[in-house]
Amino acid sequence: MPFLQPLGHLILSFFEIVGRLSIFASKAVSHCFRPPFYPRLILKQMIEVGYYSLPVVGLTAIFTGMVLALQSYTGFARFSAESAIPNVVIVSITRELGPVLAGLMVAGRVGAAMAAEIGTMRVTEQIDALYTLATNPFKYLIAPRVIAGVLTLPVLVLVADTIGVFGGYLVSIHKLGFNPATYLKNTIDFMEYLDVVSGLVKAAAFGFIITLMGCYHGFNSKGGAQGVGSATTNAVVSASILILTFNYIITELFFSR
Amino acid sequence: MTDQHDVTQKSIRIKIRGLTKAFGKKVVLNGLDLDVHEGESLVVIGGSGTGKSVLLKCVLGLLKPDSGSIQINGQEIVGLNGNTMENVRRKFGMLFQYAALFDSLTIWENVAFGLMQAHGMPKDEAYKIAIEKLSQVGLGERFATKNPAELSSGMKKRVGLARAIATSPDTLFFDEPTTGLDPVMGDVIDRLIVQSVQELGATGLTITHDMDSAKRISDRIAMLYDGKIAWVGPTADIETTDNPYVHQFINGLLEGPIKISLTNSDRAAV
Ligand SMILES: Nc1ncnc2c1ncn2[C@@H]1O[C@H](COP(=O)(O)OP(=O)(O)OP(=O)(O)O)[C@@H](O)[C@H]1O
Ligand SMILES: [Mg+2]
Repeated sequence: MPFLQPLGHLILSFFEIVGRLSIFASKAVSHCFRPPFYPRLILKQMIEVGYYSLPVVGLTAIFTGMVLALQSYTGFARFSAESAIPNVVIVSITRELGPVLAGLMVAGRVGAAMAAEIGTMRVTEQIDALYTLATNPFKYLIAPRVIAGVLTLPVLVLVADTIGVFGGYLVSIHKLGFNPATYLKNTIDFMEYLDVVSGLVKAAAFGFIITLMGCYHGFNSKGGAQGVGSATTNAVVSASILILTFNYIITELFFSR
Repeated sequence: MTDQHDVTQKSIRIKIRGLTKAFGKKVVLNGLDLDVHEGESLVVIGGSGTGKSVLLKCVLGLLKPDSGSIQINGQEIVGLNGNTMENVRRKFGMLFQYAALFDSLTIWENVAFGLMQAHGMPKDEAYKIAIEKLSQVGLGERFATKNPAELSSGMKKRVGLARAIATSPDTLFFDEPTTGLDPVMGDVIDRLIVQSVQELGATGLTITHDMDSAKRISDRIAMLYDGKIAWVGPTADIETTDNPYVHQFINGLLEGPIKISLTNSDRAAV
């Protein structure tokens, strides 16, 4: 059966990648908890990941909140259930759309940049130079990025949640004729502690995924500019797929009972 | 030979035995033996793709050999892990082929990197030493706050050299220090290398395929061919040796025992 052979290769190489990635991830995590720490580098990365992503994430969030209100109105008006719009907006934003959209945007922005930067350092022997200067690149390059990702993404998602809900509010008040006070009151009534927390847990997980993928693909890139280019692509694609996968898994863990 | 004569006088800084490294089917180093003595400057010459860089990377612990032994001052370094290897590397200085300066840092931060990161020196003290080392390689203080991208490749090499000597290492490695530079700048770098090695009293291991440069900076020369050291001897002997490999290489002859394979599969089959 000749077709089984490529299939076997595929499965083997899949496990090889999973294995490599696990080793890389456990090394990265263990260096996050062992000195020396580089607080200034962590801060720098937090600004890079968080502050500079604010415009992108903010814009994505506000339009998502707005379109959410508009679309649910079209559907709900048929059943005279317009009053459920604040509920729909707050639940979908905090549970799913806030973390996932912020995650995907940051994966495109930050994951790509990290893969390109570290990949360039790899192919220009700067990573070898770090080793020869008795500095562990896992501590100096990777740990600060991973820590920054895990700490910053939840904050970013909180901001995205707020802006997203505000987008829904804007459309509901100015276009759909809701009463501002009632809309806000309903939003707050419907806001569940668990929804927000699950969103923040997702955000931390996504922060880990994005930075890990950026670092992994950059760190293992080879072969000059082309290698760095494919490392960048792979970092974004793999981070996006993993974000959507883990989004489902975390949702399942939190809400399936 | 001369080798044994030297061993009795000086202790061995780097002792390589049976070093083997292959990438897939392609055997690059094949049971290589080499000694670098305390305080000498040894240059390894050899054609492109013969594995000079691989040899250096094995000694620096950047590549893991398939088999064989590498001892630094009597300490086996093959298989050493993170922290222990870091301690060995604290006494190393390395100049990379394209300098490999950190482009997110300024020139002085590059030079001071080892001092601040690996030796925990405070910033202002490290700055002073960085400026001093920069002036040793002929770069004034006005370069200190520039970025690596603003420098020519000759200047980058000098900064790379300043970074390599900044921590006053006892062993210095140079990967093709003059390749890609004009002859004058190559000469300048060679002089700086000789001068720095002497000032530090360090041991030097250089790889190059530039014969003029090799003669200028070496006490002894070793020739790498087919994964092994084909010849090693004092620099003065290289012109007169009857070793056919050396003869062909230094005269750039097409005829001789060195086979230039044009395809990769040829080498893999060797
Ligand atoms: N990481 C690697 N993966 C696969 N093959 C490699 C790797 N590093 C080196 N090689 C192969 O090993 C051989 C020796 O490479 P090396 O860089 O040591 O040559 P070199 O003697 O330094 O040549 P040059 O003078 O051109 O720098 C080359 O044929 C190269 O293809
Ligand atoms: Mg080389």
